[in-house]
Amino acid sequence: MTTTRTIHFTLNGEPVSAQIGTHQNLVEVLQARGLTGARESCAQGLCGCCTVLVNGMAVSACLYLAAFADGAEVRTIEQSNNGELDAVQEAFIECGAFQCGYCTPGFILMTRQLLDAHSDPSEDDIRHYLSGNLCRCAAYPEIIKAVKLAAQKRQDKS
Amino acid sequence: MTISTAAVGRSIPRLEARAKVTGRAEYVHNLSVPGMLVAKVYRSTLAHARIRGIDVSAARALPGVHAVYTGEDIRRVIAEPYYGPAFHDQPILALDKVHYAGEPVAVVLAADAHVAEAATRLIEAQYDELPAVYDEVEAMTSKAVVHEVLKPAGTFADLKHLKDKRDTNIALDFHLRRGDVEQAFAAADHVFEHTFRTQQVLHVPLEAFATVAIPAGEHKTGTLTLHSSTQSPSFVRIEIARLFGWPENKVRVIVPYLGGGFGAKVYVKSEALAAACAMLARRPVKFACTMEEQFYMITKHATTLRIKSGVTRDGKITARECEVWWNGGAYADIGPRVTQKSGFTAAGPYEIDNVKIDSYALYTNLPAAGALRGFGIPQLVWAYESHTDMIARGINIDPLEIRRKNLLREGRPQATGTLMHDAALDLVLERLATRMQWSQPLDRGTETVRRGRGMAIGFKASISPTTSMAIVNINADGSCNLYSSTVDMGQGSDTAMAQMVSEVTGVPVEKITVVHPDTDVTPYDMATLGSRSTYHMGHAVKNAAEDARDKLFSLARELGLSAETTPIPDIFKKKYGMQAGNIVGVGSFIPPYISPDANGQTTDATPFWMIGATGAEVEVDTETGEFKVTRLVNLVDVGKAINPAIVETQISGATIMQLGFTLTEAMNFDAGQVTNASLADYKIPGIRDIPPAMENEAVDANQRSGPFGAKGVGESGTFGVSPAIANAIDDAVGVRLTSLPLTAEAVYRALRVKAGKPLIDN
Repeated sequence: MTTTRTIHFTLNGEPVSAQIGTHQNLVEVLQARGLTGARESCAQGLCGCCTVLVNGMAVSACLYLAAFADGAEVRTIEQSNNGELDAVQEAFIECGAFQCGYCTPGFILMTRQLLDAHSDPSEDDIRHYLSGNLCRCAAYPEIIKAVKLAAQKRQDKS
Repeated sequence: MTISTAAVGRSIPRLEARAKVTGRAEYVHNLSVPGMLVAKVYRSTLAHARIRGIDVSAARALPGVHAVYTGEDIRRVIAEPYYGPAFHDQPILALDKVHYAGEPVAVVLAADAHVAEAATRLIEAQYDELPAVYDEVEAMTSKAVVHEVLKPAGTFADLKHLKDKRDTNIALDFHLRRGDVEQAFAAADHVFEHTFRTQQVLHVPLEAFATVAIPAGEHKTGTLTLHSSTQSPSFVRIEIARLFGWPENKVRVIVPYLGGGFGAKVYVKSEALAAACAMLARRPVKFACTMEEQFYMITKHATTLRIKSGVTRDGKITARECEVWWNGGAYADIGPRVTQKSGFTAAGPYEIDNVKIDSYALYTNLPAAGALRGFGIPQLVWAYESHTDMIARGINIDPLEIRRKNLLREGRPQATGTLMHDAALDLVLERLATRMQWSQPLDRGTETVRRGRGMAIGFKASISPTTSMAIVNINADGSCNLYSSTVDMGQGSDTAMAQMVSEVTGVPVEKITVVHPDTDVTPYDMATLGSRSTYHMGHAVKNAAEDARDKLFSLARELGLSAETTPIPDIFKKKYGMQAGNIVGVGSFIPPYISPDANGQTTDATPFWMIGATGAEVEVDTETGEFKVTRLVNLVDVGKAINPAIVETQISGATIMQLGFTLTEAMNFDAGQVTNASLADYKIPGIRDIPPAMENEAVDANQRSGPFGAKGVGESGTFGVSPAIANAIDDAVGVRLTSLPLTAEAVYRALRVKAGKPLIDN
């Protein structure tokens, strides 16, 4: 019932290839490779738990057919920064911007996108950019603080 | 060794913070093991029907399908496949009849999840439809009976009288009598009576229920390992072992982190089906629910609450009568305990001499209801705190004053007769009034934009009596392992427990590993629920740490070393000649408790009280009914905070969750079918839904009976939110909403009624 094909893409900087079913989404393919930071939750592209970056753009990997990743550059929360945490991760820890942690990779990837586009975001910018990520523990007040702190940390570093 | 760290009371980051921000934290949802099959469920489309037949032949024939099972197949490994904490009423797969739309009827196993999913669509069941009952009040007298015979589990004394009872939907009736309400109503200056409703909602943890069940190889027949997203590993072990007729130690339950729980993942949820499938197939089986399936698993009780009060002309409440009907859905789950444990606080945190409470757990043909962050308390506070404001308005007294006049004070008897101790109701109320600047006038807006404010205060007893055990192991290098079956589902228990161990032993927090629940390794704990862990497990952990420290000290003295100043590694080295050995401390805890008598009276109803209050400011558009919550102020009594920063996230998280239950969340039904089982149609709060101003405060309090003065916090933020907002809307535009959720449409309809121009369909 399924058609398989081989795709080649760059995953966190490394060239990889994978045999996939054409019906499979990118989350399944990443999970099969042991990368579990992107998780399927709502399966409708509404919660942001499965956020990954494809060619630099945040996408909901639960709605992104793996076949479309052929030839693309895919980055996930697992991308190592030489084992160092970045400003966003540090800020999330310092502000206590998560509880169960299930949605956290999605929020962090989306915050990086926000700060790449707006180095000093307003609270409105933050709420706008992160409106596609849901946190049922509702660490939203702490997340807003963390984004502001991360922006500050990035500025201090540059 | 030197005890230098003051670990308790510090806002240290969570122990697992790095794992969570790098995406490495482990959840069962992400787990797969070699040889694993995936289970997908075929569910009932009818709310109440006798099963005439189930045709699974086409599903079985689909290439890639390993097996298809129905309820009768389950009987091959479990003779009586019914489970539940209060009643053994829930079949693993439907037998004879279905009791709600969404009930599991058959299961497909395949190595490929897509194949299993496709095969479920090839299954066909034939039913003879039966009359169904959906409303909790109708269920009291309905001819439609959900279960022909009641089957209490035998664990709770107050359910025993229901054994073998027929033709009733009442799964528990709880009654409390204090004084004489009839006489007091007759003598009262005013009598007020109102009815309130709450809607069915659900937990929506972003990690849905997931279990991977792994049967042991043939050489160890009859043993099973369950990796599960459960809040109650010890209960799961005992219940799964009971189903198979095994001793406890044949089942091993392992729990990593949970992607949220909120009460959904207590007792048996995904475990029984995964376990039965694994034993039938003799292969590892993963059963992981989809988001949609969560809507059929467990929910929060819809309720109808009638409350009647006798009041003097200066606002003293002299009598209160409460009737509460809890819509428990098709299976009792823990609903009967909600009915009693929360039911006895239905009259509110007020000193009232004459109280009558009748609280009923009802079966209906809807998805089952259980525990959800507050264990029924938010529904009760919704009713009694809306009612409090309606009384205040009715006799023209300030909402703060009527609360001050009636509040339960230290040492005074609650409706059960239990005296209030270390319940900072008055301090919480006064701090709320101060932060709300209640004595100052509010800018009430002009023309079509009107502002108002409201407050509400609630309280909750802890679920009692329950047991926790812990083991503290000090290693020869001075590091330490804590073995505890408390589940960290995001509330920060790993961190809080490590802080307690550090406080007692002096071992720095960063040298403490909290071993996650594994019933082969970590000792018994009743469950992670009802904000009980900080208090109950906290005591067990403190006891275990003290035991370890005392043993270490006596070892040091035995060796002629100074217990207080010798570094831990030197003690071990002197004893064992090298880095070897360990010191094991054990601790257990069960609080005192006295069961209520036939009138609901007891002198010891709870080991501690949780207090939560919320103040709300709203802005209402009088032309459209649209309103905004512009400010929420949340006050709680948590005793002494073990980790103040984590406590604050618990307060605000609970508040925002309850904000969803107040404003946007509602399960919609059509003939018992959930019509909005997805996050597209069921709206949980997002980051744009947070009020522009939100303040949280844990008042300066002390739970003298608690470990380090602490008590639970996870639920307290939920208590006051709904009635505070309804009270604020009334304050702004003079309309009273008595049903949740509070919507712009409901406000608009009420405004039209108030203007004498009701909508035609009203």
